[in-house]
Amino acid sequence: MTRYIVRRLLTAIPTLVAISMVIFTILALAPGDPLAEFAVNPSVPPEVRQRIRKSMGLDDPIPVRYTKWFTSIIRGDFGYSFRSRSPVSDLMMQRLPTTLYVIGTAYLIAVLLAIPIGVISAVRQYSVFDTVATTLAFIGFSLPTFFTGLLFILLFSVKLGWFPMIYRATIDEPGLRGLWLKIEQAIMPITVLALFQTAALTRYTRASMLETIHQDYVRTARAKGLSELTVISRHALRNALIPVVTIIALSIPGIFTGAVITEQIFRVPGMGSLLISAINDNDTPVIMAITIIFSALVVLFNLIADVLYGVLDPRIKYE
Amino acid sequence: MSEATGRQAQPAAAPAIGVEALVGLRTKKPRSLWSDAWRQFRHHRLAMAGSVVIVIIAVATVIGPFLWPIKWNYFDMAQSMLPPSLAHPFGTTDLGHDIFARILWGGRISIAVGVFAMLVAITLGTLIGAIAGYFGGFLDSALMRLTDLFISLPSLPLLLLITYLFRDRMAATFGVEIGMFILIVVVIGGLNWMPVARLVRASFLSIKEKEFIEAAHSIGVGTGAIIVKHILPNTLSPVIVAATLGVAQAIITESSLSFLGLGFPPDIPTWGRMLFDAKDWMSFAPWMVLFPGMAIFLTVLSINYVGDGLRDALDPRRMYT
Amino acid sequence: MDRFEELQQAVLKGSLSRREVLKRAAALGLSASAIAALLAACARQEATPTQAPAAATPAPGATPAPATPTPATAATPTPAPAAQRGQGGLLRLLWWQAPTILNGHLAQGSKDFDASRPVLEPLADVNDAGELVPVLAAEIPSLENGGVAKDGTSVTWKLKQGVVWSDGTPFTAKDVVFTYQYVINEATTATTVGNYTNIQSVEAVDDHTVKITFKEPTPAWMGVFVGPYGYILPEHILKDYVGEQARNAPFNLNPIGTGPFKVREFRPGDVVLYDLNEKFREPDKPFFAEVELKGGGDATSAARASIQTGEVDFAWNLQVEAQVLKQLEQAGVGRLIVTPGVSVERILINMTDPRTEVEGERSKLGVPHPWQSDLKVRQAYALLCRRDQIADQLYGPAGKATSNILVAPERFVSKNTKWEFNPDRAAQLLDEAGWTAGPDGVRQKDGKRMEIVYQTSINPVRQKTQEIIKAEFEKVGVKVQIKSVEASVFFSSDPGNPDTYAHFYTDIQMYTNGPSLTYPIDYMISWWGDESNIPQKANNWSGNNIERWQNEEYDRLFEQARRELDPDKQVELFVGMNDLVIENVVEIPLVHRNGVSGAAKNLENLELSRWTSDLWNLANWRRSG
Repeated sequence: MTRYIVRRLLTAIPTLVAISMVIFTILALAPGDPLAEFAVNPSVPPEVRQRIRKSMGLDDPIPVRYTKWFTSIIRGDFGYSFRSRSPVSDLMMQRLPTTLYVIGTAYLIAVLLAIPIGVISAVRQYSVFDTVATTLAFIGFSLPTFFTGLLFILLFSVKLGWFPMIYRATIDEPGLRGLWLKIEQAIMPITVLALFQTAALTRYTRASMLETIHQDYVRTARAKGLSELTVISRHALRNALIPVVTIIALSIPGIFTGAVITEQIFRVPGMGSLLISAINDNDTPVIMAITIIFSALVVLFNLIADVLYGVLDPRIKYE
Repeated sequence: MSEATGRQAQPAAAPAIGVEALVGLRTKKPRSLWSDAWRQFRHHRLAMAGSVVIVIIAVATVIGPFLWPIKWNYFDMAQSMLPPSLAHPFGTTDLGHDIFARILWGGRISIAVGVFAMLVAITLGTLIGAIAGYFGGFLDSALMRLTDLFISLPSLPLLLLITYLFRDRMAATFGVEIGMFILIVVVIGGLNWMPVARLVRASFLSIKEKEFIEAAHSIGVGTGAIIVKHILPNTLSPVIVAATLGVAQAIITESSLSFLGLGFPPDIPTWGRMLFDAKDWMSFAPWMVLFPGMAIFLTVLSINYVGDGLRDALDPRRMYT
Repeated sequence: MDRFEELQQAVLKGSLSRREVLKRAAALGLSASAIAALLAACARQEATPTQAPAAATPAPGATPAPATPTPATAATPTPAPAAQRGQGGLLRLLWWQAPTILNGHLAQGSKDFDASRPVLEPLADVNDAGELVPVLAAEIPSLENGGVAKDGTSVTWKLKQGVVWSDGTPFTAKDVVFTYQYVINEATTATTVGNYTNIQSVEAVDDHTVKITFKEPTPAWMGVFVGPYGYILPEHILKDYVGEQARNAPFNLNPIGTGPFKVREFRPGDVVLYDLNEKFREPDKPFFAEVELKGGGDATSAARASIQTGEVDFAWNLQVEAQVLKQLEQAGVGRLIVTPGVSVERILINMTDPRTEVEGERSKLGVPHPWQSDLKVRQAYALLCRRDQIADQLYGPAGKATSNILVAPERFVSKNTKWEFNPDRAAQLLDEAGWTAGPDGVRQKDGKRMEIVYQTSINPVRQKTQEIIKAEFEKVGVKVQIKSVEASVFFSSDPGNPDTYAHFYTDIQMYTNGPSLTYPIDYMISWWGDESNIPQKANNWSGNNIERWQNEEYDRLFEQARRELDPDKQVELFVGMNDLVIENVVEIPLVHRNGVSGAAKNLENLELSRWTSDLWNLANWRRSG
């Protein structure tokens, strides 16, 4: 196993280099203009806009730009944002705590809710609980976050006035009041995201649980008189977890890149809004930094998932 | 004592079923897998209800626009934002379009995009996942790294690039509407196969080590047959979930594509788009969001129940539940 | 009251920062006036250590001096009742685009001009009437006071005395000269350089006098050091950051200015927090002690937060659909502020053929459009645009139907034009032009079908406008295909992308445009027929004449207006240019757009102006009651 992990970690490096090349090329070829807003502004003539494009290196050949980026990245330098001239690492550090707090909490809640709901739904298939859970899950999944987010704002900010609709990462009030302000403003975005995540995860848990509880070894475990709880938690659940682990491992890196739409609706200054505005601005250093860290996390968590498969099902071998 | 026998019983039982199933498949010709499946499916009430709803929606979207007197692109500003009534059962939009007519017309596109994009994603994902999971080694490694790459791609610039590279070309080759449709389906499918691939691969890793596969090997069943007939059916349940969720996702993704200029021309209503366009009216013209939202929800829910029914029907272990 | 005295002591000893005071005072539940008194003490305390040499300004604080009369000849903001500096506490602003840089000259969008304005100031700004209001200047140059040379080739500005940068260094004419050198250096890549290229030299006559000499007579001299493009930069901080180094200056994120506020914290793409500048030249201003400018989100929710829930005091640029806005306002705690705008949403008609490719480019000058080069067809198009419906239903308070392309300043607006919606007349014109309905209802002539592509950027109001216009066109047999392009692509200057507005590879397209100067010569260049001004492959599609329309009469008027100094002749020229574009139906103006902002009902003295940043008058903003 250790050899397998080491080998995987070593192959991760060329993988990441290849990924970075592909992403860089896509970014370089994708159309767009950082100064589009000034397009028809007579005080900013087209020549000026073209000169600024050039000064950002947007007109250099792609291999030249890539080499520049690559040589600084191996020195651990993410470079400077074209737009704000801040070091990219500063920008990311400003966003990271908020992202981890809001998006991370939402994912955690989703996992904590989805697994028990999915399991109960499967064990009591077609019961009232299952039907309600299924319906709710599909409402959660059919309604995009732009919709639920807005619904929450209308209900809880406009009608009831319970929560603020604008998220502020700069709250520096001390004590309990500050803490409450920080929690209060995060409730809506966390709920919206958690709802969406829970919906999907519940379905996977339920389906794979259904698959396993009809397996013969589960029947055997029951037959030999083990309590239902033991059967479910010790025998069935463990085997049912493989798809669930896959889905969770796939979505954990997403915590880092944030949730673009939800962040936009509630004005949460997370990584998602940084990424999306960088994309809109052709701010290549920022996009590259975020996506490459994201890819590294993807590679890492897929490795973790592979290792976990082995733990969950000892028959799985990696040569 | 009983525990020990229990443990032994478990591995012993699996190959027994495997062989039995194999024998069953080979000898009893008249009762095919599919006729069995259909029989079971019919007994699954929710699945039948789901099928009926889907058929109704599909038929309504196909012939509905010909029967309903108001055209989907007709609007009358004097009739804007009317609540549901006899003349306009789903109300009207801010420009005075009849929402019912638009739901019918838009449903064609939304359902087609949802289903086909899902099929693209599922096919691609299953193929890649199966190959990677079954063969392992270098192939696995290469395919999974490809998956990692696709997961990492920033979709927005990629979509802009695709629009830029292919929109006019596709429109020139296939005409604006068909060209867009193919492009959208390929793009949505092509960007959503990765979870399926990982799911299928994970199941393959686990199932290919099971005894009944060993048994199949030992009686000389070919690789292709083992993959398709013996392992694949056992990976169906996560795939079916991914498929039903995929339909919903594709319907909604389609609406966001149009904001990148990649969707259908902006005057063509699709469910996702109607929902998005109406969101700011939610508080004072709720019918503008209610009906497209309901349409998506009903479709996805029905597809899910059909999926459930299919899975149960195709599961050899579960008879007449 | 013990606690209050304690707090006051702490302030006087200087052991507490102003912000800390505010927080503690608020925690004590002190009244606004008590807090203001504390802050005044605090300001005095913080001002003392850095006694600026030229600090002629009276020590700010305790006894508020009457507002120093601004020596403006033009209208000054209405004098507010004497108020104490910092009395207003926190002001919350909401911009749905987030600022990313705080140096106006490197701005990448109007949000950056806005977010730097509380700190950086121009010599003068422009009020809504289009009049110059002195900011760092002591008076506005004019022909009468000799500031503007008779031949129009130079302008001399007198600067205010005793102004200091927020770090205490005196502001002088050298800073103005420096700003010019900074902007004009090509390697600086200043966004604002366009207004400065016609300058011959900028000299400091003495510490408080600056003379700008132009290369030729320049009636548009107010484009220089005025408004958002004219913020003055501090030489002592930026002198090593001219040219290629410009982008690395820490100043860009934490500017030092002469304005009423200074930056406390800036998170690019999210929020700017400002504290008042104790060294601001007017001792009783600003009214607000702190400003939070939050960025991001979308316009509709910004409207909600400002006028429906009152979570913020002011929200910028509410480009929200008319009916939504109306509903929000009805329910609201805030108010809408509508400022007539300078720009017009219009349809541009391509004079060249977008379908035929000649030498690697389409829409090429010299390849006329098969039917749009016929005036009758263009007139028919104009008759098919139901402008009032579009304005009322889609724009509401944000626009009104118009028949002119030049809608500001008032003196240049033509009264000779009118518009009409008349599909019957349009059909008749098309028949006359020889385009008659074919078997499928689509008009045709010589085997060509009248099918047009109509493009614009992605924006809900624009898509609805497209739909309305398409419906009318199709009723008379002109088939329309709607195309929408992502805004950052559509407005891109990328020469390689065919979907940009400058390539104009479609038959008609739609967007908004308008002047940025009160002498709108920079805008009228849009129809100047000189070949260099026509976007094409040879100039990387960088001209301004997007329709590729050429008219000798127009060119003559334009070239004369460039150097005309006589106000009456100027009017004649601009009205003439407008009328030519309208008579020839080169563009179909649809909606004269207004600026819409949301504000708390008790927020006063905003003096929003169509010509400059919304925050230009921030020093005078007040909260009543």
